[in-house]
Amino acid sequence: MERRHFLATSSGATALALVASAGFSPAHAQATAAWNKLAFESKTLAEAAKALGASGAPVESKELILQAPEIAENGSVVRVGAQSNIAGTTQIALVVEKNPNALAALFDIPAGTDANVATNVKMGQSSNVYALAKVGDKFFYAVKEVKVTLGGCGG
Amino acid sequence: MSDPMRIRAQAQGDKTTVRVLVSHEMESGQRRDAAGKTVPAWFIQNIVATHNGKTVMSAQWGPAVSKNPYMQFSFKGAKAGDKVAVSWTDSKGEKRTDEAVVS
Repeated sequence: MERRHFLATSSGATALALVASAGFSPAHAQATAAWNKLAFESKTLAEAAKALGASGAPVESKELILQAPEIAENGSVVRVGAQSNIAGTTQIALVVEKNPNALAALFDIPAGTDANVATNVKMGQSSNVYALAKVGDKFFYAVKEVKVTLGGCGG
Repeated sequence: MSDPMRIRAQAQGDKTTVRVLVSHEMESGQRRDAAGKTVPAWFIQNIVATHNGKTVMSAQWGPAVSKNPYMQFSFKGAKAGDKVAVSWTDSKGEKRTDEAVVS
């Protein structure tokens, strides 16, 4: 039974991948957004923003607060938080510029949820870390340089 | 089978803050094992939190999210005694759902 369920969802996931970017999700028990493969393979902030739907360059905003350490001792676990005080924020993305793939995580903010998220990311080396906030069809960013003592991408 | 997620949901007035610690390897696909072979990528791609059937957080993660990943967010409309459920799906198609009671 478990295998049948797995096969059913795996073919569903393949269909989603073919449909590409986010939006369409099947109505099964765990309604998840499609995984934005294009965005997660982007190599720069600009590519990530574009893959998330930005039509121009994101604009820096002081209303978007990025929390990240000045120096991360361990690049495998770097706590990064972003709080968007921009009304109507629907998505927050965390981007580590010098990682092999720049986009680390993407949070969709439903109505009633604060645009304030935090997670731990891996950083391969010292790098700029960006928070991107999607507000309507506009994108804003905040940036902070994080120095890493011991890189966390492995190898 | 993965270990349970540790979920803490605390209500302060109308706002409930949720902290989740997930048990997962989150292999980036960049690491090499002792024999020098690249360890294949294996990571949570989607994680969703619901309260009373309504999605209160939906995230997509890439391989750069840390091993045993942490997530924190807050939302309105829950009270002590309510349940918050967190579900994830990973790149191998494995899934897990855990629940916590708002305190």
